[in-house]
Amino acid sequence: MAQLVRSPKIYDVCVIGSGAGGGMAAKILTEGGLTVALLEAGGPVNPAKDYKMFVWPYEVPHRGVGVGGKAAENFGEFLAPNGAWKIEGEPYTSAPGANFQWFRSRIVGGRTNHWGRIALRFAPVDFRSKTRDGLGEDWPISYDDIAPYYDKVESYIGVFGTKENVASAPDGIFLPPPKPRCTELVIKKACDKLNVTCIPSRLAILTKPLNGRTACHYCAQCGRGCGTASNFSSSQVLIPPAYETGRLTLITNAMAREILIGPNGKATGVSYIDKATKTEKRVNARAVVVAASACESARLLLNSKSALFPNGLANSSGQVGRNLTDSVGSDGEGYFPALEKMPAHNHDGTGGMHMYIPWWKFDRKNDFPRGYHIEMGGGREMPSAGMFDDVCDEVEGYGVGLKATCRKRYGTTIGFAGRGEMIPNPDTYCEIDRDAVDQWGIPVLRFHFKWSEYELRQARDMQDTFKAIVEAAGGEYRTKTQIDGPYPFGIQAGGKIIHEVGTARMGADPRTSVLNGYCQAHEVKNLFVTDGAPLVTNPDKNPTLTIMALAWRASEFLLDEAKKGNVG
Amino acid sequence: MSGISRRDVLRNLAVGAAGGSVLQMIPAQAAELAHELVQKEKAGAGGKYTAKYFSAHQYQTLLLLCDVIIPKDETSGGAVEAGAPEFIDLLASENEEYQSALGGGLMWLDSFCVDRYEHVFVECAAEQQKEVIDLIAFKKNAIVKPELSQGVAFFAKLRKMTCDGFYTSKIGIEDLKYIGNTALAEFPGCPKLRE
Repeated sequence: MAQLVRSPKIYDVCVIGSGAGGGMAAKILTEGGLTVALLEAGGPVNPAKDYKMFVWPYEVPHRGVGVGGKAAENFGEFLAPNGAWKIEGEPYTSAPGANFQWFRSRIVGGRTNHWGRIALRFAPVDFRSKTRDGLGEDWPISYDDIAPYYDKVESYIGVFGTKENVASAPDGIFLPPPKPRCTELVIKKACDKLNVTCIPSRLAILTKPLNGRTACHYCAQCGRGCGTASNFSSSQVLIPPAYETGRLTLITNAMAREILIGPNGKATGVSYIDKATKTEKRVNARAVVVAASACESARLLLNSKSALFPNGLANSSGQVGRNLTDSVGSDGEGYFPALEKMPAHNHDGTGGMHMYIPWWKFDRKNDFPRGYHIEMGGGREMPSAGMFDDVCDEVEGYGVGLKATCRKRYGTTIGFAGRGEMIPNPDTYCEIDRDAVDQWGIPVLRFHFKWSEYELRQARDMQDTFKAIVEAAGGEYRTKTQIDGPYPFGIQAGGKIIHEVGTARMGADPRTSVLNGYCQAHEVKNLFVTDGAPLVTNPDKNPTLTIMALAWRASEFLLDEAKKGNVG
Repeated sequence: MSGISRRDVLRNLAVGAAGGSVLQMIPAQAAELAHELVQKEKAGAGGKYTAKYFSAHQYQTLLLLCDVIIPKDETSGGAVEAGAPEFIDLLASENEEYQSALGGGLMWLDSFCVDRYEHVFVECAAEQQKEVIDLIAFKKNAIVKPELSQGVAFFAKLRKMTCDGFYTSKIGIEDLKYIGNTALAEFPGCPKLRE
């Protein structure tokens, strides 16, 4: 480094990361009267330029597949700026056989710019899983502790859904759901036959105006980013109100390198690389909130070594980087000849499913622990590249006949995505690679990852269920999976579902956990972690809503502590 | 971009992600502008597209094949009218895998035709062209005649890319009768579920 730039200013709090957890912390803390420096490793988001709402594929030369057709691996050219599986100059490594895929966002708002908006509460039992089945660990908090914060988050961001009394999927404060699509009615009917629960989904999309934001206009393009902010993203819903307080300083292209510790063992600020100038800079703060995403936060803690914390910051337990889980993911696809008869109609709806299948075998004896839910999609969506790959493979040929087949098959496919709970295991964790640094000179992560028999059995059950549903609906199940090989029963590589959590888990016992129930480090009282890292279990409910509820709760606690003079 | 100035765009940049009606309009207009630029580029070359990756001869072959894969019919125009060849050429110019699969595939096709008919594909008689296409359009032929397998793989790749080019075009999207990509006050749901 050419020089170290020191700012004399001392912020009340430095928040690292501007996604769901960091954005929420920035909002609650600034609204509570504290000054916040918010560090984001990527650039600003610019909806006018970056969001591709209403763009037709033929309006761009690459038709949605991106330069060289390579955008497909990062979900296509039209998606909101979201990150990537590979970031140039910022590698990570995998232990032999691990094959963990790490998706990282480098932009204001993080992954909330493009996420699926699936906003599900964890159930009471999810906080007491070990008590129920002896696996993993219980949370230090209960559903009753977090429920008021679920209420607050849902009331603020807006989530549609219906009250259903499903034990594994608690009801929340819901906006009315959109009407089901034809494809969803087909599945609902099949589920009724099979006694599988199928209910309106719960997505963070406004079906009514809320808190100054307009209602959804049903273009199905939430993933592209919404020009009217009718869906939830941190960049449009959390950062703006934090700005309005006048107490937020957003610092973009700032890659946190180390959390600095004073002689009294408390955090004094954050050292970061200013990517634009490749210089090291420093933010001084009375408290630090880490929300860089579960693995990035673990990396930062592990890289923050000092005489007081030789093992990495707040890591006397050795649990930082441990207990890493992703959702179990296995997908399938069915062809439904009955849908060929559907007249042309607007099938768009919201960006995501209007119906889903919550975990319905909650009270049964299954050959695997915990559970999964099923997401669905398909039908008469906006045509896109790859849509007729299957027709090409199966029907082959060319000419007028091929064209007629594509026309007939359009809108007749429904895809299913099973998303289930992985149990933490000792072979799955991340650590600092001793041999590698990224282009900013920061030591990188090395991943270890292994599915256990629990997850494989769950994936098998998903495949069996998809097939049963498709066949009950008179369709033809198209997905073929192997029972062995790298992806048994279609189980995806670890990390692929982008629900990685657990790497700085909370717990009642400082010997086996990193944080307490308020996301506060056991060992460093002015240090908090508010992304997916604190999660003790990773149930089949996508983690974002819980991350935000925990971040809100932690931020209120931090505000209280600050008032009492217990911070910094 | 009439009605919205560069200054407006910059002001929105400064405002950031605040939302609002003006933001809603810009992406579509920007896209329209991008579309116009592409059209102008085409028009600038006398209306005739100059291939970015393929040689003139290869591109001519590509046009023919795209037209064979998705021709004009009673419902809609074909893949050439829909711009599929330009789309394929653009991707090939940026992707080495496509260069060998498609560029190499076109050369394989010519060699095959020269061996068989003493002419490159475009110079073969119509019935000869059809004979070759009928051989490489089906996987089962490569099982009987393994020497066709590279041709079959090439055609399979080109068939998918031609479909991609066609069904992402205005013509292709209208052919499928997709209705949407528009703002609705209410989502109407499923019109009618037939048994």
